[in-house]
Amino acid sequence: MKITPATSQRFVVVVLWLIAAITIFILLFIIAYILAHGLGNITWSFITESPRRMGRQGGILPMIVGTIYVTALAVLIAAPVGVLTTIFLTEYTREGKLTSFIRFGADCLAGIPSIIFGLFGFVFFVIVLRMGFSIISGALTLALMVLPTIIRTSEEAIRAVPQAYREVSYGLGSTRWQMVTRVVLKSALPGICTGIVLSIGRCVSETAAVMLTAGSALRMPYSPFESSRTLSLHFYILSREGISMQNAYATASVLILAILGINVVAYLLMRRFVAKVT
Amino acid sequence: MQNNTNNVHLTKQMLQNSSDIVERDIFPSADSPKIVVDKFSAFYDQREILKKIELSIFSGERLAIIGPANSGKSMFLRSLNRLNDLNHQFSYTGRIIFDGKDIYDKNVDVSSLRRRIGMVYAVPVPLLCSIYDNVAYGPRVSGIKLRSRLDELVEFGLKKAVLWDEVKDRLNDPAMNLSGGQQQRMCLARVLALEPEVLLLDEPCSGLDPISTAKIEDALLELKSKYAIVLVTNNTKQAARASDRTAFFLMGQVIEAGRTDQIFTNPTDKRTEDYITGHFG
Amino acid sequence: MKKDRLIHAALTVIALSAISGLALITIFVFKEGLPIILRIGVKNFFFSGQWYPREGKFGILSMIVGSLAVTAGAIIIGGVFGLGCAVVLTQFAPRRLVVVLKPAIELLAGIPSVVYGFIGVVVLVPIIRQYLGGPGLSILTASIVLGIMILPTVTSISVDVIRSVPRSYREGSIALGATGWQTTYMVILKAARSGIVAAFILGMGRAIGETMAVIMVAGNALEMPHSILDPVRTLTSNIALEMGYAAGDHRQALFATGVTLFVMIMVLNTIALTMSRRSAGKGG
Repeated sequence: MKITPATSQRFVVVVLWLIAAITIFILLFIIAYILAHGLGNITWSFITESPRRMGRQGGILPMIVGTIYVTALAVLIAAPVGVLTTIFLTEYTREGKLTSFIRFGADCLAGIPSIIFGLFGFVFFVIVLRMGFSIISGALTLALMVLPTIIRTSEEAIRAVPQAYREVSYGLGSTRWQMVTRVVLKSALPGICTGIVLSIGRCVSETAAVMLTAGSALRMPYSPFESSRTLSLHFYILSREGISMQNAYATASVLILAILGINVVAYLLMRRFVAKVT
Repeated sequence: MQNNTNNVHLTKQMLQNSSDIVERDIFPSADSPKIVVDKFSAFYDQREILKKIELSIFSGERLAIIGPANSGKSMFLRSLNRLNDLNHQFSYTGRIIFDGKDIYDKNVDVSSLRRRIGMVYAVPVPLLCSIYDNVAYGPRVSGIKLRSRLDELVEFGLKKAVLWDEVKDRLNDPAMNLSGGQQQRMCLARVLALEPEVLLLDEPCSGLDPISTAKIEDALLELKSKYAIVLVTNNTKQAARASDRTAFFLMGQVIEAGRTDQIFTNPTDKRTEDYITGHFG
Repeated sequence: MKKDRLIHAALTVIALSAISGLALITIFVFKEGLPIILRIGVKNFFFSGQWYPREGKFGILSMIVGSLAVTAGAIIIGGVFGLGCAVVLTQFAPRRLVVVLKPAIELLAGIPSVVYGFIGVVVLVPIIRQYLGGPGLSILTASIVLGIMILPTVTSISVDVIRSVPRSYREGSIALGATGWQTTYMVILKAARSGIVAAFILGMGRAIGETMAVIMVAGNALEMPHSILDPVRTLTSNIALEMGYAAGDHRQALFATGVTLFVMIMVLNTIALTMSRRSAGKGG
């Protein structure tokens, strides 16, 4: 039987559609499965209470607070440092072997498994610097983990700004810093924010790196020097130790909803940015 | 006073010493040149692009710079406001004297220089903000914060660029929405809002329709009384109708410079004549 | 002018701190991990499957095999699906499908690895145990889960690469009478080949680095696997499982495992970089 190009085309299209369909199905399945088992257990008290009996009962408020605390601290450190470092590398230095090397290093570190950051954070922050299991240890570790990603995405965004804008700014008598803030950053902001939002998502989902830096304390954290448990770690412990499947599903549902929320906010922000400049 | 005397002296010296330039009838509307280019050579990656240029630019005139591609016209223009500094492979020898001081002197504040010598580029590049913010950009970065003063300067710039009437009711609209010709006039307004002393225009009408071109040429005619205007153009006809003096650049050298009507009717150098009549270019 | 110099100085300090912070991690990991590799010998560390920390034996071969096996499986599944989705998104999809598929893939990228692992445990493991035998916690299970996890990476890079192929290639091919698939296969994918290989390699890097999901579904047995239904332990899982109570030589051995991962990722990244440079040179 001769297979004509038209036939092979039809065959391939079917296969590709199947692949797309399966992918979408998998996503929907994961979300639906978790939410189906867990949404029902998300009560107001679940969100606002502290856990009792190792998480068998009670709520997850300290975990929510802990997650926000660690993530916020990490991003507040990593975002300005990352963006300013990128500005330095792209606008204040000449392109050469050194900058290529730094870029390669950042690319590599962006791909290093989070567990290695966790290992480093455990030995360096928790033990050597004696910060102990604490939110600050976790935040510093996470900040180092997302720093390369922020540098990478910021660099792409800044390099995409056409050189003509810089010339115009200089031509009108601006200093380099004025040009960077008023023209380059303004234009690169959507890309930079995407990188930051990506990093927020990574921090919220992260387990391996916080396991042994922020610790796994169940109580409500007040100072950054206290230990705390994040949502994803709590979920991991609940499910792996078999403490409470019900609460595990509920925690996972909160996590998923948070991630969905972050993605939606990011999408809306992008739309607004694009609309503003066109 | 001392500086002015120096300038005149320099100019006279230049005339006596140079053999490459045939400078005819320098007519100062002011008595002394605003800018004196003194044996200025420019190099790109060690290649000599501009070869010991000597030229004077006066307030009150429109100086057209014509010549075939790659003759160094743009590089010359960009040397005047030190925009070439942005290029790491640029180097130079010689001096460019502006109001008595070499602009390449170490102590010169480059930002402030660029406010006094403004440039309009071949392709209009509106910044990604409103018309008002575009025109107010220069004044704002120079430190002016007072809203009323900014309003004044924006109106001034747009009026002198013959754009005010068309945009006065929509200053907050994005500048990208303007047509090509309007964008270019806005770019001119941007520069004028800084109240400069010299205007540099690098083929400002390439890519514009004849009506927009005419509007810009009219604006320049009006502006010349207060500014020194240097206009690089690939269009010899534009040079003929829209300038008072013309300098012909070829391969990095000024072959000839003088009153426009004389350059175009009776050029001294054969190369000038060949270019103007279209034998090459 | 003075303010400008201050800003320049401040930026230099910040950038140097950031870069030193990142360099610190690299140096620290190598400093803690290299000595023990040298001490017990490269052969004993990399080529011995005997990991008995209490007896001072630190051979990571079984874990290397575990990581490689799981990664290989992941790249087969994730690569096929990822590239397939990329082709669908760029060549064959009507607007309506793109609007659904693209966000779906972005969301897949955002799901925490512990959730992936969990779904793997409650859904996939029983199925595999029932229909294919074995404990269910196996290379196969981990490969499937990891494959889905790296799908977004492969897709997004492949999409970028395919998009950078000049339109004229596609138009030229269609003008000569080729079908859509023929065009895609013979022209566009060929032009984007290096970049797509880079996408695969970066996906591999991600798979090698995954920890939590793998701990939950791969079984964590410290044995050499003989079939894809056998449980394995990966390099990353090992670090995560033991770092809490490791001390002295044991801890250093974990750092040494970290060094191994570091080097693997660096090699993969270098290959990917060279590949994508080649692609940019050709297609751009």
